[in-house]
Amino acid sequence: MSDQTLQTRSAPVATPATAGRFGRLMQRSEASRGYALLAPSLIFLGVVILVPFGILLVMSFWTASGFGFDTNFTTANYQKFFERPIYTALLNRSLFISGMVTVFTVLLCYPMAYYVAFHVHRHKMLWIVLMTLPFWTSYLLRVFAWKVVLGYEGVINSALMNMGLIEAPLEFLLYSQQAVIITLAHAWAAFAILPLYVSLEKIDKSLLEAATDLGDGPVRRFFRITLPLSLPGVISASLLIFIPTTGDYITPALLGGPDGAMIGNLIQKQFGPINNWPMGAALSIILMLCIATISLVFILLTLFVRKRVS
Amino acid sequence: MSGESYIRRPNRPLQIYAVVFLILLYVPVMFLPLFSFNDSLYVRFPLEGFTLQWYGELFQRDAVWNALWNSVRVGVVVAVFSTTLGVFAAKAITRYRMPGKGPMVTFIMLPLVVPLIIFGVALLVLLSQLGIALSLYTVAIGHMIVCLPFSIAVLIPRFEGFDASIEEASADLGENAFWTFWRVTLPMVGPGVVASLMLTFTVSFDEFILAFFLSGTEPTLPMYIWGQLRFPQQFPSILALSSIIIFVSFVLVFAGQWINRGALSGSAKRSGA
Repeated sequence: MSDQTLQTRSAPVATPATAGRFGRLMQRSEASRGYALLAPSLIFLGVVILVPFGILLVMSFWTASGFGFDTNFTTANYQKFFERPIYTALLNRSLFISGMVTVFTVLLCYPMAYYVAFHVHRHKMLWIVLMTLPFWTSYLLRVFAWKVVLGYEGVINSALMNMGLIEAPLEFLLYSQQAVIITLAHAWAAFAILPLYVSLEKIDKSLLEAATDLGDGPVRRFFRITLPLSLPGVISASLLIFIPTTGDYITPALLGGPDGAMIGNLIQKQFGPINNWPMGAALSIILMLCIATISLVFILLTLFVRKRVS
Repeated sequence: MSGESYIRRPNRPLQIYAVVFLILLYVPVMFLPLFSFNDSLYVRFPLEGFTLQWYGELFQRDAVWNALWNSVRVGVVVAVFSTTLGVFAAKAITRYRMPGKGPMVTFIMLPLVVPLIIFGVALLVLLSQLGIALSLYTVAIGHMIVCLPFSIAVLIPRFEGFDASIEEASADLGENAFWTFWRVTLPMVGPGVVASLMLTFTVSFDEFILAFFLSGTEPTLPMYIWGQLRFPQQFPSILALSSIIIFVSFVLVFAGQWINRGALSGSAKRSGA
């Protein structure tokens, strides 16, 4: 990644596919070759994603009856969702928690990505690997680690009690929405850092130089150039965190307590102990629709803002 | 470049922030190994004596070994299959112009974004409707949904980083498609393939959410841990097990990244060109 490697390696030259007989042959069959190579992945994912989604959608209009399903088409599950406040409350809480996690993670990771993109010159790769390494370890174990840190007799409480700063364990640490937000922010940091870093790294540094020459201070320069140009990174970081975390059920199950349960826990229970699969299917579809709508609004909004800024 | 001098000026507060950030990223995870050597049933300060007792206990449990073996088998199969499909897909994405490529790539990368619980329940519903019993095979199918996009994402910079004309030259010199792939393409993307195998194995090995919905009577290692988390008296041995898993994951991922390090300079080269 250093300047040296940039110079010693020659830039790849895109060879026009028109060179020679072989080239003409390739050009003609280019698209079909591409499709052929992509087909196994597409077919596999089509079978294990689209087909199950279709069945999930159909099942959400069924009802549970005894040990099987009543397959008569009914919107009862969806009606139930809107009639019982507990369902909407859990969905709202999930969206709130994920929203908070997204805001915190992006705000905390932005300076980090900025630092590596603008101020690290020698060991960029090492920094990136170090920042993303914890993300590759088991999600379950990272959540478990926070249970160890935040628990009643955990690291923080026992340390504070030993120092004589508190008499009894701080109860708000574990089994609360805060605990869920902290844990999720930690667990998903890598998903924010990478897109932010990529978008910041792409910024042409001479633009900043020009702004300085024209008399912009650091703050103005940041808000008028760096931030708008890194917006694509901010958008993808936000979506990469917001969408997956809304469905999480491990962190709330281990650290959330009664106030921290999310829609994912409810879905999991419908497919487990409650054994009402059609209701679980309806909840999954509602969650998906919610996520899709919010993401779309968010993307359109940011694109609109970006247009106005530039 | 004259611009560099201004930008290069070190920013002390930002540097401190970055170091603190990194520490906070690692500290929670590092408490697991720390307490795994602690001679106490309770996970709390002050630390008591140093002990290897919890590791010793772990080695006597057959359930752990069975779960480990299950995870390894699933991980190997998933790594091989997703990397194989990933090589084809990454080549198609980087080399060929074709209508509809954008939406197809978006579709393939979707599993990185959609909550895994949705894939878990959707696949569970499909399998139950088809009357297929849950087993390690169904876990492996679930894991492939997540691992395939990872594999492709790791391989794409590799394919972007090497000159396609070398393949054409090989073909012009009379090699057929298979030998060109075997003797030219594979050695060039080889480090990416190894990295993809290591990373997808790690992802599958550590994956819990899909396994939760798709595993039958044979638990994977994360499933076993989840089962034990209900019993606080099991915490110390789970800490020991977690520490081993974290250590192995770190080594595999670091090795994978290191082997594949050329890919990133390859893509940097592109953006620099």
